[in-house]
Amino acid sequence: MSATTFHETHDEAVAGVEDGSTVLIGGFGMAGMPVDLVDALIRQGASDLVVVSNNAGNGDTGLAALLAAGRVRRMVCSFPRQSDSWVFDGLYRSGRIELEVVPQGTLAERMRAAGAGIGAFFCPTAVGTPLAEGKETREIEGRTYVLEHPIRGDYALIGAHVADAMGNLVYRKTARNFGPVMAAAARTTIAQVSRVVPVGGLDPEHVVTPGIYVDRVVAAPGSGPAAGDLQQQEQA
Amino acid sequence: MTLERTDRGPLGRAEMAAVVARDIPSGSYVNLGIGQPTLVADHLPEGSGVVLHTENGMLHMGPAATGGPDDPIDPDLTNAGKVPVTELPGASYFHHADSFAMMRGGHLDVCVLGAFQVAAGGDLANWHTGAPDAIPAVGGAMDLAIGAKQVLVMMSLFAKDGSPKLVEACTYPLTGAGCVDRVYTDLATFRVGTGPDGRGVEVLETWGTTYDELAARLDVPLVRA
Repeated sequence: MSATTFHETHDEAVAGVEDGSTVLIGGFGMAGMPVDLVDALIRQGASDLVVVSNNAGNGDTGLAALLAAGRVRRMVCSFPRQSDSWVFDGLYRSGRIELEVVPQGTLAERMRAAGAGIGAFFCPTAVGTPLAEGKETREIEGRTYVLEHPIRGDYALIGAHVADAMGNLVYRKTARNFGPVMAAAARTTIAQVSRVVPVGGLDPEHVVTPGIYVDRVVAAPGSGPAAGDLQQQEQA
Repeated sequence: MTLERTDRGPLGRAEMAAVVARDIPSGSYVNLGIGQPTLVADHLPEGSGVVLHTENGMLHMGPAATGGPDDPIDPDLTNAGKVPVTELPGASYFHHADSFAMMRGGHLDVCVLGAFQVAAGGDLANWHTGAPDAIPAVGGAMDLAIGAKQVLVMMSLFAKDGSPKLVEACTYPLTGAGCVDRVYTDLATFRVGTGPDGRGVEVLETWGTTYDELAARLDVPLVRA
């Protein structure tokens, strides 16, 4: 992919998402959730989406609002049911959304495999459970594994902390979660960050997601997964 | 030798957590599941050197954040239950694929999980009741069940309707097969998956009951430790 581009608005950053796309959405609960990008995707209007995210939306905002707008055909996630997942729950119970439940680590590894060019992999998780039914298994050195396939995204929407002008990213604390694996697993990765620093503003030793994986960056007021303490990264 | 404690009643929740904490070797890397297992952290002795892993991407997690001046609530720092927590000196952060590789790869020493049912052979059911209208949600339960070197379960021995939760075969959908090592309950601590056929259950200690009373109430092949 060519060099990272930088955008003034979230709307500009999500331009061009086609109907029927597979969209990877970062975050674990609200930590690392790219809420502004998801809001922009709602305005952008793409529909018939397959969304891959750990959860299936909280409350009425962000991913829940995208679901409520009827834009998502299929949800791939590890933990859809939460105390505040009423939007998803309603769609699921009325048969208006498809659900694929994937163990959390397998979800991450399937995306990692996509980003790393792995065709499929044998995984010990879920062997002997309903989530392995119908899947190929193999015994390797006395242990049984189930064959798992990569999850590729057409787009990834992720929240990071700081980007430099090369598109290199650093994250904050547990908000890192799915960001790095999703960035590598998607054809077009769009990151919302708290701010962008010039080249040289991030220590190369501290870069978590190299800019080669990052296609579009938007830093706008109020952006970023949380307006947290910047001091640590400034020291970085 | 099964230790029978008949001079007291069954364990309360906090006491169960303390018994689990007692059995975690110092210096272990440990993952505590959501719910009751979280209580174990409160009972690890000072200087135990136990390092807590949280699967959303952190080692050396500290206690829940209180929002006070020394540990403000930080929305970017949560545990797997999405509760704001703190970091201890020496903590590290990593992404989800690394976090679960750490677990699946057998690098964690102990994980403590809740359960609906555990079978004599060590099968675990803790993610889904199988009710037709229930929305399935697994999270990290299956990864945890097969990952750690030792899997400890913490649960009440009997369900609210009086049915035993330590069973010959799980009736709920499985989380993992043959993965549980020990079961800590209000009435007794068990080692499961023992014996030549791997389906034996050793009673390690009892609380407010006796081995014989348990043997009469449970439909699993018990043996004395």
